[in-house]
Amino acid sequence: MKRPAELWVYLSTSPLLWLTLTLFAWLFAVAISTRLKRHPLANPVLISIVLLAGALRLSGEPYEKFFAGAQYIHFLLGPATVAIAVPLFRQWRQVKRALLPMVAALVVGSFTAALSIMLMGAWGGLSRDVLIAFLPKSATAGVAMAISESLGGNPSLTAVLVVLTGIIGALVVTPLMNAMRIRDYAARGFAVGLTSHGIGTARAFDVDQTAGLFAGIAMALNAIATSLVVPLIVRLFL
Amino acid sequence: MIKGIALLLLFQLIGESIVFSSGMPLPGPVVGLVLLFVAMQLCKAMGLGLFSEAETAADGFLANLGLLFVPAGVGIVALWGELQSQAGILLAILVASAILTLAATVWTFIAVQRLVGRE
Repeated sequence: MKRPAELWVYLSTSPLLWLTLTLFAWLFAVAISTRLKRHPLANPVLISIVLLAGALRLSGEPYEKFFAGAQYIHFLLGPATVAIAVPLFRQWRQVKRALLPMVAALVVGSFTAALSIMLMGAWGGLSRDVLIAFLPKSATAGVAMAISESLGGNPSLTAVLVVLTGIIGALVVTPLMNAMRIRDYAARGFAVGLTSHGIGTARAFDVDQTAGLFAGIAMALNAIATSLVVPLIVRLFL
Repeated sequence: MIKGIALLLLFQLIGESIVFSSGMPLPGPVVGLVLLFVAMQLCKAMGLGLFSEAETAADGFLANLGLLFVPAGVGIVALWGELQSQAGILLAILVASAILTLAATVWTFIAVQRLVGRE
């Protein structure tokens, strides 16, 4: 019979442990979120991150060990970005019908996302490196990290900011839109998909099918728009 | 299922290759997204159903999109030492920017929709 410490040493050399824990943390978080009728505060991404960050702290393992297992999930962000072509293709007819409002909202939204960071970041005294990592935060993680890296930012910092932006948008969208008395679910969905990418889109699908659909389209379009807007803003201001 | 995943990876691969060789300022997966969309439209126009398995795989990915953000999000543990001193201001900026972006986007959408509707 081997001692538990030996088992721990054995397991910690393989990606199996943290990969399995990540998947179960997610399943658990989704179960809690469903139990709480998908209340915005019970965001499954937030719950999973808190659980896993807590487990890392308790075990004293470094993030690198965790990521050695979780990288297999992280890698899927690439094909998941390509996958956005499918809802775009299916809903192309609806996209074409609302083309003008969407293109206008896309331009205004993608510039607002980056310019607001530029202005507030400069006012808040953020360094150039942090600003670059900050600017693409409304694009989906794979895209934002690639933009950040190509401009000399830290992609890991970008990833954290992207996820935080996603969670914040998913938390505030419903109360904000209600306070603004906006009942058009296409417009609401488009706004949260543009602002909060996949996490916002998941939230939109929880609220309303039309909202989810437009959120998915906005996420796809803003992945493209952010790749064009952020390098432009960096060239102009930094 | 495997064919679907293979197709998504193939389009990402093509996208990354184009970006790498041309030096265009777009991320590879975004180019893959656009190419897959164009390919699906072409197939539809020609009456071919090449992408039905890619659609199944895509639905699977998109239904669990939140999960894919978790590994990156846990990265906050590794960056916490650096971020701790600036955490308040970073969070304030993120919240303010998210609210501004949501409001500006939704207003523009609705304003232009009304404008177009009136014509």
